[in-house]
Amino acid sequence: MITLQHMLTLSGILFALSVAGIFINRKNVILLLMCIELMLLAVNFSFVSFSRFLGNLDGQVFVFFVLTVAAAESAIGLAILVVLFRERRSINVEDLDTLKG
Amino acid sequence: MVQLLFYGFSLLLVLAALGVIVTRNPVHSALCLVLAFFTSAALWLLIEAEFLAIVLVLVYVGAVMVLFLFVVMMLDINVEQLREGFTRYAWAGWLVAFLVIAQIVGVYWFKGLGVDATVGAAPLPANYSNTRALGEVLYTQYVYPFELAAMLLLVAIVAAIALTMRRRPGLKAQDVAKQVAVRREDRVRMIKMPAERRDADRAGGEGAP
Repeated sequence: MITLQHMLTLSGILFALSVAGIFINRKNVILLLMCIELMLLAVNFSFVSFSRFLGNLDGQVFVFFVLTVAAAESAIGLAILVVLFRERRSINVEDLDTLKG
Repeated sequence: MVQLLFYGFSLLLVLAALGVIVTRNPVHSALCLVLAFFTSAALWLLIEAEFLAIVLVLVYVGAVMVLFLFVVMMLDINVEQLREGFTRYAWAGWLVAFLVIAQIVGVYWFKGLGVDATVGAAPLPANYSNTRALGEVLYTQYVYPFELAAMLLLVAIVAAIALTMRRRPGLKAQDVAKQVAVRREDRVRMIKMPAERRDADRAGGEGAP
């Protein structure tokens, strides 16, 4: 029997791994985007499991919207990445210092 | 049996997520992410969220990850340079990861969620359709957010095209509007001249050797 605890633990592990991924791959913008996708997946896991185990469909509708926003986000993110690569010939985060941040 | 499947898929999911963050090649990372999405879809099927499982495969694996792979393969990346200092902050990453897991597990272990998290989900009736139930909620209660989401996707399409479109100088391309708008006067010039005479030609031809 799968319980809410199982699903939440799995979601937590997934989220933690993606946070670790952002720390580890902090130079590669593509991998940062992938880690963000993984994070959204972990959050969606929590939404789906709460929705199922509490018997309320609103969580699944929310996952639907999160998927929409994530698709839009990755499309624009990758477009920015392509333009960036055209300008700089690099996707290293350390080269992106135009704003002196 | 369901529990066995759950543990199998969970293990696969965690391994795939690990693969995403530690592999050396971005293409392998993207493929590991595809595996993670497939496994997640399987897990969502296990807890009877069929519609979202299919949407995850269609939207993520079918569209978003293909886009990722396309971009990864199109860009000529110097992987070695990006991997410099790979392990310098790895300990911080693992520390944060451990803290996040400890917090999430600790919340429901010690505090509780206000619900009993140790029982299974209530069984659904045999004729229950997840897609139908979701559609009924989505097109009545959430119809305005749904339209906003559609608008958002349109904005994303326009933004992505506007960002990446560029006019190259010296590109040879047809201008269809110009081709259609062309008139006879632009192409053909009529000249008035005296008619050529054939027997004069022949007389000239006989004189030649």
